[in-house]
Amino acid sequence: MNEVPVTARINGEEWSGRVEPRLLLSDFLRGTLGLTGTHVGCEHGVCGACTVRFDGDPVRACLMFAVQIDGHVVETVEGLTPDIEGGVAAASDLHPIQRAFHEAHALQCGFCTPGILMTIAAFLETTPDPSEAEIRSALAGHLCRCTGYHNIVIAVRRAADLSRGDPTAVADEDTGP
Amino acid sequence: MSDERRWIGRSAPRTEDGRLLTGNALFVDDVDLSGTLHVSFVRSDLPSAYVRGIDPSAAHAHPGVAAVYLAEDLGDLCRPGPVLVPPPPIAGAEFHARTPLPLARDVVRYQGEPLAIVVARDRYVAEDAAALIDVDLEPRDAVVDLATALDEDAPRVHDDLESNQAAYVRQTKGDYERARAEADAVIARRFRYDRGVAAAIENRGIVAAWDPRADRLRVWDTTQAPIPIRAALAGALGLSEAQVRVIAPFIGGGFGPKIMFYGEEILIPWIAMQLGRPIKWIEDRYENFFATTQEREQIHDAELAVAGDGRILGVRDRFLHDTGAYDPYGLTVPINSQCTLLGPYRVPAYESEFRVAFTNKPIVTPVRGAGRQHGVFVMERLLDMAARELGLDRVDIRTINLLDPDEFPHDHEILYQDSAPLTYDSGDYRPVLDEAVRLSGYAEFERDRARAAADGKRIGLGIVSYVEGTGIGPYEGARITVEPTGAVRASTGVGTQGQGHFTAFAQVVADAIGVDPSEVRVVTGDTSEFHWGTGTFASRGAVVAGNAFHAAAEAVREKILTHASAALEVARDDLELVDGRARVRGAPDVSVGLGELAARANPLRGAVVPGTEPGLEATSYFGPERGSTANGVHAVVVEVDPDTAMVTILRYVVVHDCGTVINPMIVEGQIHGGVALGIGNAFFEELVFDELGGMSNASFMDYLLPTATDVPPIETAHRETPSPLNPLGTKGVGEAGAIPVAAAFAQAVEDALRDVAPELEILEMPLSPGRLFELLRETRDPARAPGDAT
Repeated sequence: MNEVPVTARINGEEWSGRVEPRLLLSDFLRGTLGLTGTHVGCEHGVCGACTVRFDGDPVRACLMFAVQIDGHVVETVEGLTPDIEGGVAAASDLHPIQRAFHEAHALQCGFCTPGILMTIAAFLETTPDPSEAEIRSALAGHLCRCTGYHNIVIAVRRAADLSRGDPTAVADEDTGP
Repeated sequence: MSDERRWIGRSAPRTEDGRLLTGNALFVDDVDLSGTLHVSFVRSDLPSAYVRGIDPSAAHAHPGVAAVYLAEDLGDLCRPGPVLVPPPPIAGAEFHARTPLPLARDVVRYQGEPLAIVVARDRYVAEDAAALIDVDLEPRDAVVDLATALDEDAPRVHDDLESNQAAYVRQTKGDYERARAEADAVIARRFRYDRGVAAAIENRGIVAAWDPRADRLRVWDTTQAPIPIRAALAGALGLSEAQVRVIAPFIGGGFGPKIMFYGEEILIPWIAMQLGRPIKWIEDRYENFFATTQEREQIHDAELAVAGDGRILGVRDRFLHDTGAYDPYGLTVPINSQCTLLGPYRVPAYESEFRVAFTNKPIVTPVRGAGRQHGVFVMERLLDMAARELGLDRVDIRTINLLDPDEFPHDHEILYQDSAPLTYDSGDYRPVLDEAVRLSGYAEFERDRARAAADGKRIGLGIVSYVEGTGIGPYEGARITVEPTGAVRASTGVGTQGQGHFTAFAQVVADAIGVDPSEVRVVTGDTSEFHWGTGTFASRGAVVAGNAFHAAAEAVREKILTHASAALEVARDDLELVDGRARVRGAPDVSVGLGELAARANPLRGAVVPGTEPGLEATSYFGPERGSTANGVHAVVVEVDPDTAMVTILRYVVVHDCGTVINPMIVEGQIHGGVALGIGNAFFEELVFDELGGMSNASFMDYLLPTATDVPPIETAHRETPSPLNPLGTKGVGEAGAIPVAAAFAQAVEDALRDVAPELEILEMPLSPGRLFELLRETRDPARAPGDAT
């Protein structure tokens, strides 16, 4: 199949190469780049597990072709913690949203989590002080089968407080992962 | 015993989160081995057909295809799979085992049954080639409707059986006929309860790699039961178990179906051995709707014999259970329904029989709750209707029938799914119900109802109870090792799918040997780390594996104390284990680190006392004589719009007792998730089959899971009645949240509509707004009801 040249900025680094036109963005990120933090749950754009940011906006990587990112900026969950080279992250290494998810027990199996983190990262930039209804609405494009969303809602609220530097949101110090 | 419970009972943050949050956790689809070939399955589009011919030649010729396999290419491998759970030895029970072939040969019995496999350089090419395979199927009549599946003139799912009856089981206690004769009222109804798919967000997947130089097979598998999978693989492939390593890494949700042993789990490793290349198969979501097991319908004809004061005299239940095209998981689901129906109540007489029917639908095996919710729905609905008929309060009729604390252990005189007697080990039910009444505002609800009515709103409250048999055997094991660095390694055979095992087990170990849970590296689900055990199912991880960890940790503690006593020259009783050190009580400066003791315990030269085991290591097993029984009460407040039948959940309250709680945060998370699954079951989720047996809604566009705007905040309260059946006192909680939701929901909706539609009885689940709208219309205008329902 004829491959197409693509140049894009992915997690802050420029990538250039050739990809098959029909290659999904999700498969490109996972297979070609090895960014396996982006998960694939339904491949028809409903579950939201594969959500990444495309020029800042959350998008379903399973509903885009890799060639569509040519000339654009993509951020995946790995981009939230650029300083971690694999392995286990210390609490201090985590992005405030990740930290809030950890502290609020907002993940169980963790499969849907990376996609949710990317949606919430974009959401909190436009809605830094969200109400519960706004949070639930922002989450409504994601399916989580483990948590019942209860703690995710709490985590998003806590993430908003952490991101805005609200000291009352700082939890106990014995919360290292 | 350890000095104190410092970590057990505490909401320790999860040690596994860091990897999951940063995208560094390994899931099966993340396994990326050089030279991997990818698999796509060809599956039957028809639910019932003869296979007249399959022509794979075009696929063979397709560029990039490495191999194509049909049933005839599999040789000895193409034989029916095992019956994973033999039926309990119930007198007079009938059971016809029919299990699927890895690839269908002559007949297909459900839509999605696999027919051929294509192996190619990538998944895209494999799917291209799969589409080129010419499959000639001759349709047969399909068995779709459960109610008529056992009729004499129904088509046969399995031609060699006299009917579609897969099983018949009858269990009784006391004299129901006498109870019925003495009753002031007999409430009899027909109930239908349907279930859907488990819908773990991660589909199934397998990666297998055969190393011919080492003569070893490695398999990464999204399984809840890696050790049984290893045994089955070794047997099927002619290998020693030691040659097979099965790894269940991070698993993206299990919820039951990943406990099954599927044909794909044999085929992918076999192909890896045939081709000498790593092979990967990742199920897609569409496949998951057919190829992964699910739960389905039961139809209960049940009656409750009750005294005028509300006392239960007896229950009779006769039900049909749809097992789909095969029954590899035995009778677990219908037996759970049969046993869980009894709830927390004193039921002097019980007569329960069920028939299991084969149908041309996907295979039924446990999904979170595993049939228990069917039983709870029947019992709780009967109590609601009895209360209404006798003019009793809904809570009063429950209270009067609750077992008292002095009635434990309580023998129900029938057998449970684990073949052990259904004997409740312990419980204190009344305070749980009282707490739920208090938290839900039941006593003040008439005031709330009147206020809402003044605003034109119809609200209702539902409050129901359940008892769940959890933590069944046979056994699990654990090994704990303190390394010379002081690091603590702990492993078990159960797989983990998000239950927080890494943290909860670490807490158990931490208390016994005086370390921080973050220093305990727990490994689950890797047969090279631990190779005895059965798996994660039946809400048993914290009970069975948890107590195995406890036993192993206590054994390691003994070794630590022995070595520390020698090293410090003090009596064992004068030592305490704190912060990774053994130190003298009252003289904390006199101490020795666990790592140093581990080095002492493994001398490299010199002599040891004969019989000495090296290292600070112990392996222990725990097998309970029977499961421990957890219990709880759910209360829900809903608002129903009688014109549109839209239901909004206003509050959801759970009070539960799962014995000793290791980590309250994790337990609450389990409950939240269970309730959400139950809400999906009650409101949204239904597999729709057309009259020919085709599934009409096999996508997340059409099969709706609850989202964050559908699930309300969930208020929880714990009580702890420790189980006497295990040292930690734990009972299972993984499934509890999902079990009573539909029963609570039905009661609440009826309650909300009692002034608008006083005759409305909700006898079925799920209940979408569309279906509730129909029921309301029929209730208000009986002429609209279909003929067979009047």
